[in-house]
Amino acid sequence: MTDLKSYKNIWVFAEIDQINKTLKSVSLELLSAAKKLAGELNCKTAVVIIGQENKKFFDEFSKYGADIIYNIEDVSFTHYDTQNYFQILFALTKKYKPEAILFPSTYIGRDLAPRLASRLSCGLTADCTALSSKDANLVQSRPAFGGNIMADIICPNTRPQMATVRANILPKIILDIPTKPQIIEEHFKAIPSKVRLIKTKEDKRSEILKPEEADIVISIGRGVKNKETFSLIKEIAGKLGAALGATRPVIEEGLLPKNHQIGQSGVTVKPKIYISFGISGALQHTVGMNNSDLIISVNKDDKAPIFNLCQYGFVGDVEQIVPKILQAINKLK
Amino acid sequence: MNIIICLKQVPDTAKVKMNPDGTLIRTGVPSILNPYDHFALATALEIKKQTGAKIKVLSMGPSQASKVLRLALALGADEGYLLSDKAFAGSDTWATAYALSCAIKKISPFDLILCGQMAIDGDTAQTGPEIAGQLNIPQITFCSNIEEVSPKTLTVKKLIDGGHQILEITLPALITLTTPHNFVFPYPSFTDIFKAQEKPLFTWTAQDVNADINKLGLKGSPTRVAKIYPPVQKQKGAVKTLSADDTALEIIKILQAQKVIK
Ligand SMILES: Cc1cc2nc3c(=O)[nH]c(=O)nc-3n(C[C@H](O)[C@H](O)[C@H](O)COP(=O)(O)OP(=O)(O)OC[C@H]3O[C@@H](n4cnc5c(N)ncnc54)[C@H](O)[C@@H]3O)c2cc1C
Ligand SMILES: Cc1cc2nc3c(=O)[nH]c(=O)nc-3n(C[C@H](O)[C@H](O)[C@H](O)COP(=O)(O)OP(=O)(O)OC[C@H]3O[C@@H](n4cnc5c(N)ncnc54)[C@H](O)[C@@H]3O)c2cc1C
Repeated sequence: MTDLKSYKNIWVFAEIDQINKTLKSVSLELLSAAKKLAGELNCKTAVVIIGQENKKFFDEFSKYGADIIYNIEDVSFTHYDTQNYFQILFALTKKYKPEAILFPSTYIGRDLAPRLASRLSCGLTADCTALSSKDANLVQSRPAFGGNIMADIICPNTRPQMATVRANILPKIILDIPTKPQIIEEHFKAIPSKVRLIKTKEDKRSEILKPEEADIVISIGRGVKNKETFSLIKEIAGKLGAALGATRPVIEEGLLPKNHQIGQSGVTVKPKIYISFGISGALQHTVGMNNSDLIISVNKDDKAPIFNLCQYGFVGDVEQIVPKILQAINKLK
Repeated sequence: MNIIICLKQVPDTAKVKMNPDGTLIRTGVPSILNPYDHFALATALEIKKQTGAKIKVLSMGPSQASKVLRLALALGADEGYLLSDKAFAGSDTWATAYALSCAIKKISPFDLILCGQMAIDGDTAQTGPEIAGQLNIPQITFCSNIEEVSPKTLTVKKLIDGGHQILEITLPALITLTTPHNFVFPYPSFTDIFKAQEKPLFTWTAQDVNADINKLGLKGSPTRVAKIYPPVQKQKGAVKTLSADDTALEIIKILQAQKVIK
């Protein structure tokens, strides 16, 4: 039996973007969540960061409540590598025995966390959208069945408790008084990896705003069939300072780059206002936007499922309505 | 080259309906081969064409799951293995990966294991990398394409945030695959289905693969599903049918109320 009591502290795996080498914002969302949980479970928060020149991120960690920073710095860890990152986390976990480890639910988090969980014989909850605590256990809430149901998952008998957590769902909370984290340097030698990076390529980026960072997102679905209507929608987005999003079939047609796809296999957004044109409201799409503060939808079918989750629904033809919206905005300005 | 593909039979979650109380209606939902696994199979069949690889397909599930193995055999896989035992029921991803790893050890040798990126019911995307962890072999997850195959290495295209990477991996290894959006899933002809009935399909129990019963099923699973409930529905607002002009004006009014425009 594992001696559960010997495990303490809530760890966060801080992720560095593989393309522009910045700290991923989800790392701070996780740190805020860890801070809250650590308060409830009466323990400390710790950040684990692996990479090169990590110190520039330490201020952020203290603003968001890190009590401890485990710093692993070496040029050979500049690029993410499953085997190397795994061996580091495995060793640290054995040495310091965390109560829980939170990973971002990103391509990296979802590669590393299961590898670690399998070797530690620990439970891992996938793609969580909420975290709380009950009777000294982490309660990890996640959607399953393509978003049709929610499940609360616990790991009562093993430690650490592990979860990957979806980006852009949990709030980032800056503390009034930053912490003065204890910095623990850990040294590891890179092992020769069985995976070799040949090249990294950035997707073509549009000049337009990223949907996960905007206050307003205007999203288009298959109902926007006409290129003309699409360019009017782009113009509206420009005037409102809105980002563009789209459903998967629209992305497939190549109207917008893949990083504008909203939903289960795209990004999750939580803007103040989400406006959808010609989107039916399939669950695989709505799981990526149903946390938006206010949802406005236009669809010609009054039974479209999207109307079940919006505050303002309008039945009508986008081809006719979109030009009128642009006209009205132009009149105001 | 020996390839093992893990295939999961799943309910078609795109066709799942809900009761008014928010619970799932499971009856009448068709069972299908997990789409990502279907793509993994198609990828392996391509490799077979190029290299004459041998393809073995493996599934854990109730006896009906043999249907997805039969489908794979009809499409060109060479041997099927069904892991079926009450002891497996209720396994989480850790226990599922353990059971599948035990079977893979018995099916060995292998050069390449292919999994789907995720199953469309459990949605965890964990089983693949957990199998790789248990077998202690290298992994690359979320691959969108296998670019090159050689006897000792594989070159793949892998998705990362904001782009992709080209990586080379030393075999034996495990790869998980994501499906291109416009992929047309292959289905066998009637003759292929008929001919495939001769192909070997083995059913194994926990004991057959030397699995430790304590590491299987609910007992062997570190995670517990504590509660299942419907997702919170947003407050549904009014749905209006107006003229195009009035719709535009209403939308402008909402944006003004939200102080987006003056
Ligand atoms: C594993 C998996 C993952 C997926 N991941 C995603 C994902 O990440 N994101 C995603 O979006 N989808 C995803 N999908 C696809 C998803 O299931 C739906 O197929 C998709 O969201 C539908 O897109 P749509 O609403 O644009 O098209 P449709 O469902 O075809 O809807 C078009 C809508 O437009 C309306 N319309 C037509 N003409 C007009 C008009 N002139 N004016 C007004 N309205 C009009 C129609 O009434 C209809 O409601 C996924 C599917 C699977 C199986
Ligand atoms: C509501 C709900 C929530 C759950 N949440 C979690 C959770 O957070 N963590 C957890 O550990 N478990 C969880 N489970 C259990 C999990 O669904 C099962 O362990 C399941 O057997 C495998 O997980 P998956 O469906 O997510 O598959 P994934 O891990 O998404 O599947 C990836 C790939 O692995 C292969 N594979 C998976 N299962 C099989 C199989 N039976 N036979 C052959 N190949 C297979 C396929 O190639 C597949 O494409 C949950 C179950 C339910 C009902």
